[in-house]
Amino acid sequence: MPYVLVSPYFLLFAAFGLFPLVFTLYYSLYDYDLAGTTEWAGLGNYAELLTDEDFWNAVVNTVGMFFLATVPQMLLALMLANALNKRFRFRLAIRMSVLLPLVTSVVAVAVVFTQLYARDWGLVNWVLGWFGVDPTNWRAERVPSWIAIATMVDWRWTGYNAIIFLAGMQTIPRDLYEAAAIDGASRRRQFWQITLPMLRPTMIFVVLNSTIGGLTLFSEPTTFYNGNVDGGSQGQFQTVAMFIVKQGFREFDYGYAAAAAWLLFLLILIGALVNFLFVRRIGGSK
Amino acid sequence: MMISKRRGPLAAASALAAAALAVASCSSGGGTSSNASGAPASSAAAEPVTIRVQTFGSGSNFGYKKAIEKWNAEHKDIQIKEEHLTDQFEQQYWPQMIQWLQAGNGAGDVVGIDEGGMGLAKAHPEWWADLKEYGLESRKADYPAWKWENGVTADGKIFGLGTDIGGMSLCYRADLFKKAGLPSERDKVSALWPTWDDFIKVGQQFQSKVKDTKFTDGTNTLYQVYLYQEAAKNGNVTYFDKDNNLIVDKNPAVKNAFDFASKMSQAGLTAKLRNFTDEWATGTQKGSFATVGCPSWMLGVVSGNAGDDAKGKWDVASVPGGGGNWGGSWLAVPKQSKHPKEAAMVADYLTNAETEASIFSTFGNMPSNTKAQQDPAVQGAKNEFFNDAPIGEIFAKSAASLQPVFLGVKHAQVKNAIESVVQGMDDGSVAYDKAWQQLVDDAVKAAG
Repeated sequence: MPYVLVSPYFLLFAAFGLFPLVFTLYYSLYDYDLAGTTEWAGLGNYAELLTDEDFWNAVVNTVGMFFLATVPQMLLALMLANALNKRFRFRLAIRMSVLLPLVTSVVAVAVVFTQLYARDWGLVNWVLGWFGVDPTNWRAERVPSWIAIATMVDWRWTGYNAIIFLAGMQTIPRDLYEAAAIDGASRRRQFWQITLPMLRPTMIFVVLNSTIGGLTLFSEPTTFYNGNVDGGSQGQFQTVAMFIVKQGFREFDYGYAAAAAWLLFLLILIGALVNFLFVRRIGGSK
Repeated sequence: MMISKRRGPLAAASALAAAALAVASCSSGGGTSSNASGAPASSAAAEPVTIRVQTFGSGSNFGYKKAIEKWNAEHKDIQIKEEHLTDQFEQQYWPQMIQWLQAGNGAGDVVGIDEGGMGLAKAHPEWWADLKEYGLESRKADYPAWKWENGVTADGKIFGLGTDIGGMSLCYRADLFKKAGLPSERDKVSALWPTWDDFIKVGQQFQSKVKDTKFTDGTNTLYQVYLYQEAAKNGNVTYFDKDNNLIVDKNPAVKNAFDFASKMSQAGLTAKLRNFTDEWATGTQKGSFATVGCPSWMLGVVSGNAGDDAKGKWDVASVPGGGGNWGGSWLAVPKQSKHPKEAAMVADYLTNAETEASIFSTFGNMPSNTKAQQDPAVQGAKNEFFNDAPIGEIFAKSAASLQPVFLGVKHAQVKNAIESVVQGMDDGSVAYDKAWQQLVDDAVKAAG
């Protein structure tokens, strides 16, 4: 009976997790053209990828956008969580409301942000114009496009992470703060010396989660360019996930796309490991 | 599941939801798809057959709205439902369509195919129903030989019926020309630019007077116009020769068109908008540019995007450098259609002389059907939106003499790669002096 009860998860995992994993691994070793032939390629796809400028461009974009999005997002989420952790009126309503951006559809978010960042008639350029800044072509220049996409990502995920941080903060025993207060520790000091170190397990979860999300970024940059996976005229903001879709479903090079998917998997593993080691050190050594 | 969503747990949850939906729809389904769109169900002895017609393109695209309303009113048993999937053919519509065709599921009963996809479509007879079986071989007499033959596979299967053809003109904003102190009347405007060099000179004149509007939309539209004109002088090929070898670096047509695009961009005449994007459509509406290269079907795109407020502001002049044949589409019936007979009837109806003629007068897509071309109503047609421009005179006269341009099997992919460079050079992400080399490299990559 217990096996039956847990089986739905494993069945779904087998269908949507394990099978695609094995399937992509298998086809990453082939030259598999959807509207053509399938030929054994060995590690040829991988070798080709490692010398493919477009692939590396996508890697740089993905990592760049990940940093631009994640660092401010973590800081903001922490500040937000800290603020929400106090006593005030309508606390529950306000706490829930930070989750609102998450429940809006990505497409709706992207449509609004695409308008905000429009070159000719966008709000952002209009406001920047007050300060004498020339209109920026947010889709043509690399770093501006990353910033635009990073704000889109942060708009959606900051609240979500803040709520997780908040949950973590509430598990910290109150008497630690009381003892610190008696010893004369300021609010700020309490935050650095108690909240942050005690929050480490939560932080590891949040950071790993953001790493996976950030490195597989797809919807925001795609909708930012008319649903086109090229990511700008010269791939200014094409992420690895978009590169995979482009190779697999635009150029029908399934084998190549499958190999890229496996390299992305490796990239995520590395990213997760680095971040894990980094977060483990926070507030720990003293 | 290579398109992983953000966040592991959420992805898992959505997979669960998707699975639940799939289960639900399996158990409730059973019959064939029968979305009777608004048809009165009272007389429903026999369920009406719904024929899904899938199209692409900006503005009024194929211009089927009225024709479909008319058919649906007259045929209670067969209802047409148009599914306009996206504005972009190469980047979105066609890749999606290929997946559906290959998977044997998802494609409509009648699907539109742009000229850029016909090379591949022809190479896959297994995708298509043979229209011969539904008596449509008789339609051969309606078409110029090339338009007909492009819809026939190597093994003799008839799969595509021609809808429209290119023809070439230049759409311009008469009101903005007036503002720039240029002539605004169409014959005088045509006389301004017998050659493309003249066109650039006029552009510079325009730009010196008008600051907030650019002379033309971007590099890509006129690049295409120029490319098709040059193709006619170079054996009617563009990126591939007739044996499907990539000739981007060898065909002078490509280099010349590229050089022209570069010149236009460096002269600062472009609004740097990529055609068939949302921003480009908004730009049409807001008057970001004063001219746009107009094959016949582009008229409907411009009027559809600009909206009724712009009526009478636009006009049509002749294009520098003579005619050309950019664009034009076909309708095909995928083999996977459950109602191939009805679908063939619909494809036949949507491409017959009467329908094509009425689309021309309303939207501007030049009929490929020769009977429609000869229709006096077509020859004398005027387009209300474009200040009553005599589009019949402009397009129908040259229609018979249009030459087919051969496009390779991988044309759609290569076109997208090349247009990205032509656009990138305009938006500043590719340096002008490096652009040609990159264009060639990217084309090789996309073709490989």
